[in-house]
Amino acid sequence: MTESLSGIPLKPSYDASDLAGRNLARDLGHPGRFPYTRGLYPEGYRTKLWTMRQFAGFGSARETNRRFKFLLKSGQTGLSTAFDLPTLMGYDSDHERAQGEVGKCGVAIDSLEDMEELYSGIRLDSISTSMTVNGPAAILFSFYVAAAEAQGSKIQDLRGTLQNDILKEYIAQRTWIFPPEPSLRIIVDLIKFTGKHMKKFNPVSVSGYHIREAGATAVQELAFTLMDGFTYVEACLKAGMKVDDFAPRLSFFFNAHLDFFEEIAKYRAARRIWAKHMKQIYKARSPRSMHLRFHAQTAGVSLTSQQPENNIIRTAIEALSAVLGGCQSLHTNSLDETIALPSELAAHIALRTQQVLAYETGVTNVVDPLGGSYFLEWLTDKMEQEAELYFKKIRALGGVVPAIEAGFYQREISDSAERFQKEVDEKKRIVVGVNQFALEEEIFHPPILEITRQTESAQIRKLKKLRKTRSNQRVRRSLEALKKATSGKSNVIPFLINCAKAYATEGEIVETLKKEFGEYIPPSVV
Amino acid sequence: MTLKIRVLLAKPGLDGHDRGMNIIARSLRDAGMEVVYLGLHQTPKAIVRAAIDEDVQVIALSILSGAHVTLFEKIIQLLKKEKAADILLLGGGIISKKDQALLSTMGVKRIFGPGTPVRESVKYIQNHVGRCSL
Repeated sequence: MTESLSGIPLKPSYDASDLAGRNLARDLGHPGRFPYTRGLYPEGYRTKLWTMRQFAGFGSARETNRRFKFLLKSGQTGLSTAFDLPTLMGYDSDHERAQGEVGKCGVAIDSLEDMEELYSGIRLDSISTSMTVNGPAAILFSFYVAAAEAQGSKIQDLRGTLQNDILKEYIAQRTWIFPPEPSLRIIVDLIKFTGKHMKKFNPVSVSGYHIREAGATAVQELAFTLMDGFTYVEACLKAGMKVDDFAPRLSFFFNAHLDFFEEIAKYRAARRIWAKHMKQIYKARSPRSMHLRFHAQTAGVSLTSQQPENNIIRTAIEALSAVLGGCQSLHTNSLDETIALPSELAAHIALRTQQVLAYETGVTNVVDPLGGSYFLEWLTDKMEQEAELYFKKIRALGGVVPAIEAGFYQREISDSAERFQKEVDEKKRIVVGVNQFALEEEIFHPPILEITRQTESAQIRKLKKLRKTRSNQRVRRSLEALKKATSGKSNVIPFLINCAKAYATEGEIVETLKKEFGEYIPPSVV
Repeated sequence: MTLKIRVLLAKPGLDGHDRGMNIIARSLRDAGMEVVYLGLHQTPKAIVRAAIDEDVQVIALSILSGAHVTLFEKIIQLLKKEKAADILLLGGGIISKKDQALLSTMGVKRIFGPGTPVRESVKYIQNHVGRCSL
């Protein structure tokens, strides 16, 4: 039996009988109309291309700032910031647990000082900026706001996206700090804060990317991500907010994997499911609340370290699926990501891949050009139906957080990952250059970006100097005020911004919050 | 009577990419080994302590964060201090050829990179652990 990458059995061809009983006018509609299966806007990419937003970050703030400028000069249209693991886990660079990790998986940010350097020479009110950070998202957000204000930008002009999706951290990505309940409280605080002061900013990017990378199928990615989205909606409603006040600024982040049609169907199903649920269940009135806007990133997990040059081709095809699926913003992976962080050459090729798609291939001329295809519509329906079954399953477990605590997601994802690996090992799935068409000796050796130990020692020296030169009295006062706010019911965001402006370090702020909130301990499941 | 091979698995450091490690854990178990999986975010100290307490013959660590040299260095130091350097030390993850060579001189017996078939890792352990018999 031929199956899709995610294991959906496929017939050799599809025809009208596969859509029998479907009301195409109702389920498809037109681009720009409910249920938005075919896209959010009637003109598609004619009025606005997707944002070319390459995820970047390594070493020090200064080095990453140089990479940002290189990418902007090359025609990138949005910024996307990758932080290193100590930053993502809430440790300062001189913490024992940060040893060896500083500047490795992203840029090291300890305080507002680093953030100012990171975006130095880039006006934050003139470009949309995304930050991939979750456990301590509100803290890095506060550094960002303070850095923008220090530049003279007004916070109401800031555009961008904070990933700030803690649920998928517990499910898949695993960079958490606090337990679910206080984490959700901070997320709601942030949604309230940006809703009031930063109406162009997306306070959450509900992310399936990492769920997929951890091994989930396309259906699981779709279902688990949207279920997380519903959970944030419910948390905001519970906090007394009105759906049309916050839903328009929730955004999404999906993987763009190798099975071309399956991915396109996934994006289309996602838009339809979200629109239906927002309208029918959460009683949204504004169309913007029903809009599922998404960023896509090509699948890191599909890349191979053998014959890395082949990764250029994989990435181009994955990117095309995201574009035909109607993404609002896109990152294309670099060919060397299974070996190291992207070199400048590899980052250049990745960005050029998007530009060729956008400007040379004509795929931007017509919205949802595959709409109406028997196969694609059948597959879109199938994705929706399967996702609805998962929603029921997760609801039956008591919702997302109880399902995480019961190990439901971890088992589901591990089972899928194991099944896939077995198929590759048994050659039921071909990976070009790995289990078929392998070479005795590689013909292409990409340049490797190395992060040296000097990065870590320099960052630690800088941090120690900051602790000596700032007003420590002001830091103490700001942290005390934060502590008071967390034990009460105040919105913590203004207090965090106050800490940022006092140059309190991320680690100091996290320690203060940990005393109040505790730490997350994952359930053990294999 | 043949005793089962005892393997300690862990993810040292801060990275949470455990897709590979979960598959390895299941596969080693399926191959009849006794697997102690410590999980994510483990310190070198905790790993070496557990290896000694659990009396394992193999320590296999997965690191995708780039912190491999620092982490392996510490673990090897601690193993030597505890006179446990005879434990077969293996690694996996995103590790450049240059660093693989460095780790090998430090005492890491083998690094399994992306694309390695699972059975290759299983076989390697079976072939390199002397079966102890009672």
